[in-house]
Amino acid sequence: MHQNKNIALFLPCYVDQFYPNVGIATIQLLEKLGCKVSFPMDQTCCGQPMANAGYERDTVGTAKHFIKTFKDFDYIVAPSGSCVLHVKEHSPSIQGFETEQAAMHHKIFELTEFLVDVLRVGPIKGSYPHKVGFHSSCHGQRGLRLSASSELNEPPFNKAKQLLEGLEGLEWVELDRKDECCGFGGTFAVTEEALSIQMGKDRLADHQKNNVEILAGGDMSCLMHMQGISSRNNNGVKFKHIAEILNEVIR
Amino acid sequence: MNHPEKAAVFLEDKENAKWHDETLWFVRDKRDVVSKSIPEWEELRETASQIKDNVLSNLDEYLVEFERNALANGIKVHWAKDAEEHNKIVLNILQQNDCKAIVKSKSILTEECHLNQYLEKNGVDVVDTDLGERIVQFLNQPPSHIVLPAIHLKKAQVSDIFHDKLNTEKGNHDPSYLTNAARLHLREKFLAAKVALTGVNFGVAETGEFVVCTNEGNADMGVHLADVHVACMGIEKIIPKREHLGVFLRLLARSATGQSVTNYNSHFRSPAKGKEIHIVLLDNGRTEQLGREKFKNSLKCIRCGACMNTCPIYRRSGGYSYGSVVPGPIGSILSPGIDLKKHSSLPFASTLCGSCSDVCPVKINIHEQLYEWRQEITKAQTSINAKSLAMKFANGIFSVPFAYKLGGSMMRGALKLLPHSITYSNLNTWGKERDLPEVPKESFKDWYKKNKL
Repeated sequence: MHQNKNIALFLPCYVDQFYPNVGIATIQLLEKLGCKVSFPMDQTCCGQPMANAGYERDTVGTAKHFIKTFKDFDYIVAPSGSCVLHVKEHSPSIQGFETEQAAMHHKIFELTEFLVDVLRVGPIKGSYPHKVGFHSSCHGQRGLRLSASSELNEPPFNKAKQLLEGLEGLEWVELDRKDECCGFGGTFAVTEEALSIQMGKDRLADHQKNNVEILAGGDMSCLMHMQGISSRNNNGVKFKHIAEILNEVIR
Repeated sequence: MNHPEKAAVFLEDKENAKWHDETLWFVRDKRDVVSKSIPEWEELRETASQIKDNVLSNLDEYLVEFERNALANGIKVHWAKDAEEHNKIVLNILQQNDCKAIVKSKSILTEECHLNQYLEKNGVDVVDTDLGERIVQFLNQPPSHIVLPAIHLKKAQVSDIFHDKLNTEKGNHDPSYLTNAARLHLREKFLAAKVALTGVNFGVAETGEFVVCTNEGNADMGVHLADVHVACMGIEKIIPKREHLGVFLRLLARSATGQSVTNYNSHFRSPAKGKEIHIVLLDNGRTEQLGREKFKNSLKCIRCGACMNTCPIYRRSGGYSYGSVVPGPIGSILSPGIDLKKHSSLPFASTLCGSCSDVCPVKINIHEQLYEWRQEITKAQTSINAKSLAMKFANGIFSVPFAYKLGGSMMRGALKLLPHSITYSNLNTWGKERDLPEVPKESFKDWYKKNKL
């Protein structure tokens, strides 16, 4: 069914600039799964950094541009829970585009959500003999509900785990604090620098204590923050976006 | 100092910061476990949330009903517009009873009114009888947590304070020994006090009774020994019916400390023969908050403190870093309504991770309100500061694709060319303790153009 759909890839601006491999992996992965994907070249940023800093009202231009760029696609897929959540919940409403904007909230998906809920791919076959620790971004987890949150009394689920657990040799590592924030938080990373660093160090320590070899995640922003701390302290953990892992194992 | 500055100071003592984080995590974890032992937990939260929504929509009527029933029960009811009126009312009651020394059980509301300082200035000796509160009172400190007022202190520190104030053995850190010393000390105060002051957890409109929850029984001890009971209550503490306690009491202690119920849930309905009960109903900005559509449901709070225990920021920066009577996430959405300028850094003391909203027993959307306060605060900033200029500039970039492309390649180029000393200088806060990502040769867009178009 999805073969005939027009799917747009939406990349967070910092992924476009700093992590082109994550974009490439996402597009290749979707194509391997039979999707027709294009990347609208005019796309910029969703406006989240400004809105979270208290300037949502200044993102009208950005939000309008986003709608114009993506409104004609059947699906919009992004390898980022955070940016998708922003588009759904914190874009200012744009006059003249109310219908398109409302429709967009039902057709924009974070990558693992799209794979599990729309494409309905089962556990993926392949081999990935590594100890993987997964960092669920808070916006993906508690915002988009991509995995169960430890505060709620709900049955455990995790969309990323669903995709990864079938891989031969992959060991899914359970952390001591399974869903504590890493401390990135956008501008928080610089306005509350001391706390941000401490939170990142604590999160890394949990992965290391549990002998994680590859720290994977669905949001590069969290990974960029933790990787920055890890690399400064030379502690040898590898970082991968889940799109990179899945694209690597699917031939 | 604002929140980031105080947090940085708190984190300097690495060992203490780690201990603080782990101590509160222990409480959080206990709450997580116990909440999962109740199959209908989420249903309880939803019910509590709806009861409180109903209360906030009909607060005027419930308050009048409560007053009517309380008066019929023989309780004296007082209304206070603000902290000043509240304090005067309390002092007046004390003066009428010729009372120079009172015992007081835990009440964050009286902290909000700075009642202790006011009474002491007017010659009244106030003794906090909650153990944690007594400890911080010895230090002239406010509580650092609304449920665990002295959680920032280790038992060795408590031992030193007790040695100093209560003459306990120096270096004896045994919690039973210390608690016993406090008990003996407080007993004298209980026996001497003519007036006992308490807070209120729930005021029941249909019966005019009110409920005070403590773990130590100190509220009861104070009230039963005194001739006069003064209960100080925020107007949002109303619940419509007594049966609603079946929802709230199940949520309160489990959320607060992971206990199944608080040890003492005492109902006060009418004064015993020859005694008096006064209730002081305080507004102090609550009506104003009720009028703020985006923020009014912060008034649903039952003061369990779960959002503090779960908050990765609170655990690592301590209650005092907030500089507000109620610290932590709930404090950061209540305090800006009281003094926006003073508390303007608080809504930014969050990664918007959402843990506070998921843990809240009455389902306050705390992290959403933090986001909304950020919008209000930047609007209120009259002078154009550096951040707002940068943000305006960014909006310009992101709404024009060409400018974004140019900016991006310039940014990547600059990172490659700038010497390490500049990229990682103190000017670059990101780079102080974090490396920047390695700069790729081409952006995704460059790759896409080459390979896909």
